[in-house]
Amino acid sequence: MSEGTTGPALQIDALSCVRGDRVLIRDLSFTVGDGELLHLKGHNGSGKTTLLRALAGLLLPESGEIRWNGKNIRSLREEYSRHLLYLGHLNGIKGDLSAVENLRIAAILDGFSLSESRAWEVLGEIGLRGHEDLPSKHLSQGQKRRVALARLLANDAKVWILDEPFTALDVAAVQLLQDVIRRHVENGGMAIITTHQEVAMIGEHTRTVTLGQKHA
Amino acid sequence: MLEPLFWVIRRDLTIAMRRRADIFTTLVFFAIVVSLFPLGIGPEPNTLRLIAPGIVWVGALLASMLALEQIFSADHRDGTLEQMLLTPQPVALLVAGKVLAHWLVSGVPLVLMAPLLGLQFGLSWDALQTLIVSLLLGTPTLSLIGAIGAALTLGLRSGGVLLALLVLPLYIPVLIFGAGAVEATVSGLGGQSHLSMLAAILVGSLVLTPLATAAALRVAED
Repeated sequence: MSEGTTGPALQIDALSCVRGDRVLIRDLSFTVGDGELLHLKGHNGSGKTTLLRALAGLLLPESGEIRWNGKNIRSLREEYSRHLLYLGHLNGIKGDLSAVENLRIAAILDGFSLSESRAWEVLGEIGLRGHEDLPSKHLSQGQKRRVALARLLANDAKVWILDEPFTALDVAAVQLLQDVIRRHVENGGMAIITTHQEVAMIGEHTRTVTLGQKHA
Repeated sequence: MLEPLFWVIRRDLTIAMRRRADIFTTLVFFAIVVSLFPLGIGPEPNTLRLIAPGIVWVGALLASMLALEQIFSADHRDGTLEQMLLTPQPVALLVAGKVLAHWLVSGVPLVLMAPLLGLQFGLSWDALQTLIVSLLLGTPTLSLIGAIGAALTLGLRSGGVLLALLVLPLYIPVLIFGAGAVEATVSGLGGQSHLSMLAAILVGSLVLTPLATAAALRVAED
């Protein structure tokens, strides 16, 4: 689980985050190691999204540090982004582009190239067969979500940060996504997710952090 | 390193081609603003020829400002912008690509249309040539500088007005040298020095503004 002398790859140390004039997260510390799934719990407004955005490096914490292999992610920036895949509330897909185009441009920006045929394959796997080259704006909410989630299959990022990934998905897709996440974690990846659904994929490597109350 | 730049440009051009109406709004706005002046001032050819460079330039400047909001707002709304900030690519490079694509879509049509409008005012062939070159050098600068303002006002409620207040003062040097180049040509002095200044401003903006815009985007997505 540990890497050399640096310990767990992702370390959160005495983190505090403020939104407006409200302190949402105070003095939070935890670590995530290889092959671990962290399930972030908390009621609405307890700061889950804020914490995830801070972990992704989108949001500057008020105090405290987030370290990747022992170095602050603020100083690593692009070096850290290389290992990261963040999916927030917004799907991050363009309505005017097709699913294939969306997936390929995302891959190129993520620093690897995705062949046209591989993109079709991945979209078939995520259950979008027959919708690959429609403009995404004509897809349903759940289908758009699937396009966004297809990046999980195409990408080889190590850290997945998923904010409510199960929203708008049907039962089959929820099952599929749980499998995908379980496989990722079993292969030594890390996943940090928030969800209000009971996560059935929980194995022995799942930990829970609850926000908005004293956590163990 | 330049591959992502190429892809961002290609992406934005593809999207622009699939929603062409946006391009025409800017162009029609440009034509209307420039045509309003003869209506207000009266059809005296000598007066119109005298003020033509300034009018066409102000019209192009306002039209290019009108298009600014579109650089980032759609990407901000659908979440693709925050994804761009999370890629391993230098954000300034992606910004440069987006601004270049935006200029190709909104600036180049203005440049192409300007001589037609200049012709209405009876500008000579020489003056029209200078007008084209000055706009070709000036409008990318307007897009580059404007992108900083567009990034700063991202997601604000009355962003449009604020954007104008932020950006218009910064446009002044470009306007002075741009319109000045055409005026100098009309008066027979030659617009070379003005055009050199425009080119210098363009090079400076090309180097500096993407960095500033990238920083502003990080703040906007915070």
